[in-house]
Amino acid sequence: MRTAILVVLISLPFIDRNPYHVEVLTTAGLYALLALGLNLIVGFAGLLHLGYAAFFAIGAYTYALLNLRAGCPFWLGLPVSMATAGVAGVLLGLPAVRVRGDYLAIVTLGFGEIVRIVVTNLEPWTGGPNGLLGIAHPSIGSFRFGVDSRPYYWLILLLVEGTAWACARLRRSRIGLAWVALREDELAARCLGVDTTRLKLIALGLGGGIAGVAGCFFAAKQGTVTPDSFDFILSVMILAMVILGGLGSVRGAILGAAVLTIVPELLQGFSSYRMLLFGALMVVLMQARPQGLLGLAQIRRELRGRRAAA
Amino acid sequence: MSPGEFFLQQFINGLAIGSIYALIALGYTMVYGIIQLINFAHGEIFMAGAYLGLAAILLIGSIGPIGAAAGAAPALSLVLTILTAAAGCALLGLAVERVAYRPLRQAPKLSVLITAIGVSFFLQNAVMLSFGAQDRYVPPLLPVLHARIGSVTVTLMQGIVLAVSLMLMMGLQGIVYGTALGRAMRATAQDPLAARLMGIPVNRIIAVTFAMGSALAGVGGVLFGLTYSTINFHDGYLTGLKAFTAAVLGGIGNIPGAMLGGLLLGFLEGFAAAYLSTQWKNVVAFTVLVLVLILRPRGLLGERVAERA
Repeated sequence: MRTAILVVLISLPFIDRNPYHVEVLTTAGLYALLALGLNLIVGFAGLLHLGYAAFFAIGAYTYALLNLRAGCPFWLGLPVSMATAGVAGVLLGLPAVRVRGDYLAIVTLGFGEIVRIVVTNLEPWTGGPNGLLGIAHPSIGSFRFGVDSRPYYWLILLLVEGTAWACARLRRSRIGLAWVALREDELAARCLGVDTTRLKLIALGLGGGIAGVAGCFFAAKQGTVTPDSFDFILSVMILAMVILGGLGSVRGAILGAAVLTIVPELLQGFSSYRMLLFGALMVVLMQARPQGLLGLAQIRRELRGRRAAA
Repeated sequence: MSPGEFFLQQFINGLAIGSIYALIALGYTMVYGIIQLINFAHGEIFMAGAYLGLAAILLIGSIGPIGAAAGAAPALSLVLTILTAAAGCALLGLAVERVAYRPLRQAPKLSVLITAIGVSFFLQNAVMLSFGAQDRYVPPLLPVLHARIGSVTVTLMQGIVLAVSLMLMMGLQGIVYGTALGRAMRATAQDPLAARLMGIPVNRIIAVTFAMGSALAGVGGVLFGLTYSTINFHDGYLTGLKAFTAAVLGGIGNIPGAMLGGLLLGFLEGFAAAYLSTQWKNVVAFTVLVLVLILRPRGLLGERVAERA
């Protein structure tokens, strides 16, 4: 099943020659990557983060600056962006993990806004509100990615698939199980000797790193970065994708990202009512199905796992 | 202008904007105090209040006889505008509580917070669809007057903002600490179950708290619109966050704290804009927010200890 879906997705640009469709799917892939990263923080570790767009911005600006100032190629920029955003995740996390629940949400929201305002105001470095232009597209040997969507589509497919695989492995690892304990009952987890601060920082660092990869991809694909691409609405959108798919579900995060990218494209005709419907949908969803689209299976599997362990 | 006068001018400017923050902060703090909910949509209620005020001003101007009377007595139209916005926002607050929050009373905080963000998107876009996305001009209700002390200027609007806010804050303090309703509110805040056992209609008290907080935000919206002359449907987000910062700074759940926090934040922002640069003004509020939450989550006057690790 999984292999079949992958084969279809890989061969899709050959079957569907409409460049607009490939472009939308590439965007969906980018959001899926971001949703996977945030799912690690919110879904796995249970830390409500409202400033995730900041790590995306840090990744994008890291590659943009490295490329423009030092001619750094994309393939070197990718791990560096990941590391920078990951370190930023840990550093901003150090003070933030001291508070919990909705206070954590507000602190992370504050950090997200501070990063955006700093980027907007550090004009000599970041180009201020106009952003940075002329960032190099990726290339492999003599093949240049250019502006055609297809190479980006295959690249993001690879990144999403790799990240999803890593996330699924991670969830079953010692760290992943400790995250579940932390999410369900922090006090009980601490009593069992789980180092909760370290685990929270690992989640923030890894989640931040994934956003950094996404940021680097975004900057290289667009060729430009501007601060208004990284606003609070983006953080909320990614969170909505994770929640729609089902908190803690890897497949859910990808599904949520795909649904929330493709449905608005289908609703182009209602474009002015889009965000209104979106807000109403969030309210209704929280009352009707708070566990998200794929959430139920997730909970059932965890329950079964627990019973097997007992 | 001497440095002393410059300082005094910034002080007065900060006092005016700070009292608007304080009015909005009261709504955050009252709702948090009673059901420990950060009502993320509160900023949008403030913004809706600004637009309701605009609608009222335009409507009053367009109805012949009332318009003529209001034209002759600007104070009357100010009172009418404020009452319209307050009543409209109170109803809006009631509706939001009933539709979005009440069904989630027992739900995890995450669901409620996400619902609040959803409500916030909904209100923002509802206002945008009805009034347009561009900035709207708010016509002045009162003659543009100001008093000068040396080279320090105090506008009539600043005086009115201050007077109205002070009156409302004192009124609220009177209600909460001096009436049966206020006692029921404080009892519900302390222990909803015990309050219910004592025969207090807890759900109705919570609804009244939402309505009162929203009405105050509505008045804040009218004053904001009249002070700055332009409003935009985006204003609720940033101003709401600043007011929330004010509530946290003063100690969330604490009514005098919200007033103190609002005024302090107004001063901090005013001085940062004057002595540093206007670009960095908005960083001040967020930095204060983050620092207070990390270093002193109970705020300046709060007794309630925030949930901490």
